[in-house]
Amino acid sequence: MDPRQFIQRDETTWEIPVTGPMRVPAIIYADEALLLAMDQKVYQQITNVATLPGIVEAAYAMPDAHWGYGFPIGGVAAFDPDLGGVVSAGGVGFDISCGVRTLHTGLHISDIERHKHWLADELFKTVPAGVGSTGRIRLQNKEMLAMLKGGAKWAVEKGFGEYRDLQYTEEGGCMAGADPACVSDRAKKRQREEMGTLGSGNHYLEVQRVAEIYDQNTAAVFGLQKDAVVVSIHCGSRGLGHQIGTEFLKQMALSASRHAITLPDRELACAPLHSSLGKTYLGAMRAGINCALANRQIITHLTRQAFSRIFPGARLTLLYDVSHNTCKQERHSIDGVKKSLFVHRKGATRAFAPGHPELPEAYRSVGQPVLIGGSMGTCSYVLCGTEVSEQRAFSSACHGAGRAISRRKALKQWRGRELLDDLAARGIIIRSPSLRGVAEEAPLAYKDVSTVVDVADKAGLARKVARLEPVVCIKG
Amino acid sequence: MIPRWEHFEHGADIGIRGIAASPGEAFEQIAVALTAVITDPGQVAAVQGVDISCQAPDLELLLDWINDLIYQMAVRGMLFSRYQVAIQNDALRAKAFGEPIDRKKHQPGVEIKSATFTELRAYQNSDQHWIVQCVVDV
Repeated sequence: MDPRQFIQRDETTWEIPVTGPMRVPAIIYADEALLLAMDQKVYQQITNVATLPGIVEAAYAMPDAHWGYGFPIGGVAAFDPDLGGVVSAGGVGFDISCGVRTLHTGLHISDIERHKHWLADELFKTVPAGVGSTGRIRLQNKEMLAMLKGGAKWAVEKGFGEYRDLQYTEEGGCMAGADPACVSDRAKKRQREEMGTLGSGNHYLEVQRVAEIYDQNTAAVFGLQKDAVVVSIHCGSRGLGHQIGTEFLKQMALSASRHAITLPDRELACAPLHSSLGKTYLGAMRAGINCALANRQIITHLTRQAFSRIFPGARLTLLYDVSHNTCKQERHSIDGVKKSLFVHRKGATRAFAPGHPELPEAYRSVGQPVLIGGSMGTCSYVLCGTEVSEQRAFSSACHGAGRAISRRKALKQWRGRELLDDLAARGIIIRSPSLRGVAEEAPLAYKDVSTVVDVADKAGLARKVARLEPVVCIKG
Repeated sequence: MIPRWEHFEHGADIGIRGIAASPGEAFEQIAVALTAVITDPGQVAAVQGVDISCQAPDLELLLDWINDLIYQMAVRGMLFSRYQVAIQNDALRAKAFGEPIDRKKHQPGVEIKSATFTELRAYQNSDQHWIVQCVVDV
């Protein structure tokens, strides 16, 4: 889009001042090149977000922002319940609490080099991936309710993982305020066989090598060394989250006028935080967060099982688990006063500053790990919350690269088999149930994640710590 | 006219469209377009029938139809390739025919999360053909 539409505050801050129905300004974090390449629809969408009731400070777009349903992907907005603030199903999206977790393996790249095909096979055999895959765990009514209430904590109590994992998961692995009664029977039924599954699309499990360290001190605190092997898992709340999103988006869109809310776009569907629909959504959405946390926890357990068959002594410990599609109640300073706000992050990662009480003690001196996923064959990044991340965008950073071209075009442009061979020639082993899926997820169908991360670093949203390169990728 | 379906681009996202002489047939076609997001509908044998009915005013009926299909595919682990749809006022009664997902045979590319309001439209064009469409989130 045209930079002349903005007031440029500094090298990476572009402001759209309040006009028309906007209640607050909109701010896009990007450098000029990213801004020029950004879809003009992001301008429209972030401006629309700025019109919603009770929004405070500004509507923000991260450097990886692109068109989404209602809110742009990479959109961040905080609402004050006392100012008529809203919660928006469109501001969270259809994959509630989709996120990334990264595990240390304690292994060196030289340890796995000879075994990577075997490792790929074991992981592929152990972690269900792709359309129509089902997990071994079938959740009937009572267990379903316990899972929705307990999240990763429920999973650990069931024997999937270690209590230590919970300390290194946002919300201690259990989202408070989840109300399984707010989740429809359909959503629960859609999840019954999907626990511990990766899903499809851009979801994956990747064995990665720490390729580069940018910040030695922080990397050491996070336990990252060059050429160490880590595992990253990218997936979300599966069918349950999709169904919750589907149902509440419609309900909120239809009831907007009843709540005296004018929606510039139906997909901004929202309800006042104080309304019964708003509260019901919060109860359901938080249950969706728990579902995602439990799902990634079970997959962690499966990953450990697969590793132990090849590397019996390996101990996989959790670096951290971040969610990038959420609405969370957090305390933030507005004009020097601490307020309780509902922060929507859609395709944006939380990035708490050093010293934040919710961080695990071991990381408190440096800030929250921010895990940025790449796409099959490209690199991923570990970043860290900064001292200024709160004042920049309510402690939020980017989440990934975003698609550059559609699945349909990708399918025409690439063949799954050729991609697998090309990647294998580069030493990257892919396992996927679907060649069509591989073609649709071609690395070049995505934007360059490195540029996005550099700009996030420059803008002070989060600081670069390490770069990870794929070795094995299990693709959904 | 011969009823048909197509996909349309919406940025990096995908839209599905059904085009036919009647709304019911257009609803059948958009459902084929839905399957085609996941796999080649020609590879899906229509051997098992599932009853689907929904009731909603106007465009909501289209949204509900697509979302019901997504739900049925997810909970039954099936893909559908042939549909019979009857619409009367705000009520839709349908039968979707297909088979259980066979990952070797179908090579399903991606699962669909939801139908969306984006580009959600149902209208008659100047040739009096019914066109129904929306963008789906994958």
